[in-house]
Amino acid sequence: MQLSVWTYEGPPHVGAMRVATAMRGVHYLLHAPQGDTYADLLFTMIERRNARPPVTYTTFQARDLGKDTADLFQRAARDAYARFDPQVMLVGSSCTAELIQDDPAGMAEAMRLPCPVVPLELPSYSRKENWGAGETFYQIVRHIADRDVRPGPRDGRKPLVNILGPAALGFRHRDDVREVRGILNTLGIDGNCVAPLGASPAEIARIGAADFNIVLYPEIGDSAARWLEREFKQPRTKTIPIGVGATREFIAEVAALAGVDPEPALADGESRMPWWSRSVDSTYLTGKRVFVFGDATHAVAAALVAHEELGFEVVGLGCYNREFAREVRDAAKLYGVEPLITDDHLEVEDAIAAAAPELVLGTQMERHIAKRQGVPCAVISAPVHVQDFPARHSPQMGFEGANVLFDTWVHPLVMGLEEHLLTMFREDFEFSDDAGASHLSAHSPSRHAERVSASSAPMAPAIQEEDWTPEQVRGDGDNSLWTAEAERELKKIPFFVRGKAKRNTESYASEQGRAAIDLETLYDAKAHYAR
Amino acid sequence: MKADAFSLPADSGCGAPPEREVLRERGQREVFCGLTGIVWLHRKMQDAFFLVVGSRTCAHLLQSAAGVMIFAEPRFATAIIEERDLAGMADCHEELDRVVDRLLARRPEIKQLFLVGSCPSEVIKLDLGKAAERLGAKHAGQVRILNYSGSGIETTFTEGEDACLASLVPVMPASAPDAAPQLLLVGSLPDIVEDQFLRLFAQLGIENVGVLPARTADGLPAVGPNTRILLAQPFLGETAQALEGRGARRIDAPFPFGAEGTTAWLKAAAQAFGIDEMHANSVIAPGRERAKRALEHHREKLAGKRISFLPDSQLEVPLARFLATELGMEPVEVGTPYLNRKLVARDLEQLPESTRISEGQDVDRQLDRVRADRPDLTVCGLGLANPLEAEGLSTKWAIELVFSPIHGFEQAGDLAELFARPLRRRDVLQV
Repeated sequence: MQLSVWTYEGPPHVGAMRVATAMRGVHYLLHAPQGDTYADLLFTMIERRNARPPVTYTTFQARDLGKDTADLFQRAARDAYARFDPQVMLVGSSCTAELIQDDPAGMAEAMRLPCPVVPLELPSYSRKENWGAGETFYQIVRHIADRDVRPGPRDGRKPLVNILGPAALGFRHRDDVREVRGILNTLGIDGNCVAPLGASPAEIARIGAADFNIVLYPEIGDSAARWLEREFKQPRTKTIPIGVGATREFIAEVAALAGVDPEPALADGESRMPWWSRSVDSTYLTGKRVFVFGDATHAVAAALVAHEELGFEVVGLGCYNREFAREVRDAAKLYGVEPLITDDHLEVEDAIAAAAPELVLGTQMERHIAKRQGVPCAVISAPVHVQDFPARHSPQMGFEGANVLFDTWVHPLVMGLEEHLLTMFREDFEFSDDAGASHLSAHSPSRHAERVSASSAPMAPAIQEEDWTPEQVRGDGDNSLWTAEAERELKKIPFFVRGKAKRNTESYASEQGRAAIDLETLYDAKAHYAR
Repeated sequence: MKADAFSLPADSGCGAPPEREVLRERGQREVFCGLTGIVWLHRKMQDAFFLVVGSRTCAHLLQSAAGVMIFAEPRFATAIIEERDLAGMADCHEELDRVVDRLLARRPEIKQLFLVGSCPSEVIKLDLGKAAERLGAKHAGQVRILNYSGSGIETTFTEGEDACLASLVPVMPASAPDAAPQLLLVGSLPDIVEDQFLRLFAQLGIENVGVLPARTADGLPAVGPNTRILLAQPFLGETAQALEGRGARRIDAPFPFGAEGTTAWLKAAAQAFGIDEMHANSVIAPGRERAKRALEHHREKLAGKRISFLPDSQLEVPLARFLATELGMEPVEVGTPYLNRKLVARDLEQLPESTRISEGQDVDRQLDRVRADRPDLTVCGLGLANPLEAEGLSTKWAIELVFSPIHGFEQAGDLAELFARPLRRRDVLQV
């Protein structure tokens, strides 16, 4: 058993719902008890969808268990088919139905429904949401794709491509698709289908007509794309166009696969991010310590953008989806950090506190953690929140996406001059640590007010958020080794680096065998660790 | 049609009214399971922790339902059953012990721990009663450990609170046989509302008042034959029965919504305690007048408007009564997940004859009826609200009725406002 307060991912059948809801003409029959319908509100409230997800829940109750839940399933299947007239029916179990072993696949097959049925086996006790979405999309493609459909001869026609991965409840998928379509238009490449988002089963059937596949979100699109590569010999892209460099690389990769000239797309005059980043006022961004956590694809991309395009220092990198941990491990090596692969948000909280970053790029979960630690944060990845569905166009991908990244990551930071003033005039009463940065006060009126805690001794690994006291975060804890003078000096160091300074000084002191930490030790350590 | 709309409930002297016709349906239900009650119960009981023994789905539900409250230091968590737990039962109990020990070691301020059963734990027949007993003995003197089921296969939404409160009844102290009469207020209310009621009971002259659930573990009231139960919520059938099993008797009353509902509810209590009627009237009058004045603001917007309730919290019948008799609304269909005729009798009898009462749900068929009825306002869950709005039907989120202070005189205006706001908004918007 795993003790969990908040989770990054829902169960795998929620991933299946994200695929079914994204598509047209698909209905998902879910063998599930009353209550599992809560998942509908993710779509209607968070994403503000104007229709119910195309899901029928069989809604079995305790009294059905001794009798015939199979009959209930078949009745629900017949009713759902009659009412929704789907072109394809997905059938599967939620976690509870998995335990009663009714075999929805076999029952649906025996019923000989007048539409194709795609059975889903999504093990709820070992897998999670992203995997469920990827598996569902793969099964749909595998069952529906017409093996006889192949690209026609190229003479005279434009190259044809599929865009794979965007789904319902995705982080900015809607806007990313528009950006990528713009790039393809500029390159003179036609779209065959975008899937699952907006795709009908008829379009999936003709998926083989494309010359190659663009995979935007490997978490959802990779299994299907790999299968299409094997079965249909369709090459797939590997670059995720997040950031200016990656977008340029993506354009080159796509142009090469399509056999077209990349220049028209590379010459996008709307790409402002490189100049914004070179502008002298951005100098203060240099070496800002940033902690990155999210799904693997977004986390890896964000770390690269942070490092290469904003000049930040990546001090932490991790993801919650183990399936893509390898990519994160490889990327972590580039920055010399220990990769953090976990779906325990308390572990992430500890790691953030220990890394003492100046900016957190994470999910809504990290946004809350950062808020409590008084660190600015920008959201880069699902799990999503209603705020992650802005009314305006706000992509992450392409050149416009890079412009958006610059704005959303830089605006939460303490600006250049403000930072100098904070450092120079720490004693000013309005600059006290508890006042926090003025631009954060709307979100965090008193940085540590919410962290009032009765617990005392720190325990590792912490499971409750209040196990980290504000003192530990700020480095104000046990100061018995410190002389009064050195301790006063320590307090003059800005709070967001004080913890790090304290730890560095203490480990330097112990290496050097110094019994007490005085002013000399503090500044010796500062010189020792100078970047 | 609403000729009798403003009359108070008839004295219980008249003959039993004819049984009202109810449409019973079975099918897909668009409702939460009983686990959702944890979202408010863990705030109400300040030293209690709720540990759901369930799946990732349970954890995801709580997080989605808790939504806006995310990260406000919850006193709940899910012990997520994993593949290896399903291999053997002995393992499951050991795992649970480990999780509980760890939890209690870290949260020494916890005085009550509820092990909450879920669909998966019920299906694999994980005996949480036994676990609570075993762990309770181990942590005796420090923590009271109880269990109940909030599973979707057994409980609908607010029935989770019913199951939770019923689990407390056996550990309530027994009052002495010759103890003074005691009023037991049952059902979790926001503290501010509870305090208003306690002040009113004190003014009425009812001295010995207990509250279930109590805000802290050591506040658990006693119960016995001297106890009279006054339900604050209509969904507490199992709790009421368990209390009756310990000798308590229920006071029959409508539920305390609006000026009239609250008046009748308080008067029923006063009568049960032999309080002089003149005195009771004088205590009740100021609040009642304030409530009436507050309701007057919303009358114009709501009177004559047609409203349908989709099943959600079992509050539907009392709320429809309030809207019909105090604001002149016309309930078209009042759907409820479960109709406890006995508990809501005083409200049910005041609903217009024309109102369709439905119990249970087949959501697609019910939505067909909503589309045919085209009410001015539909009260429904969050999964249905935006889709209905997109079809041009104004809606009110049912869950807000459970999460907001709506009981009593001082909240009557707020309660009416919850229904008036969507209609006002519809009129205001020009986009």
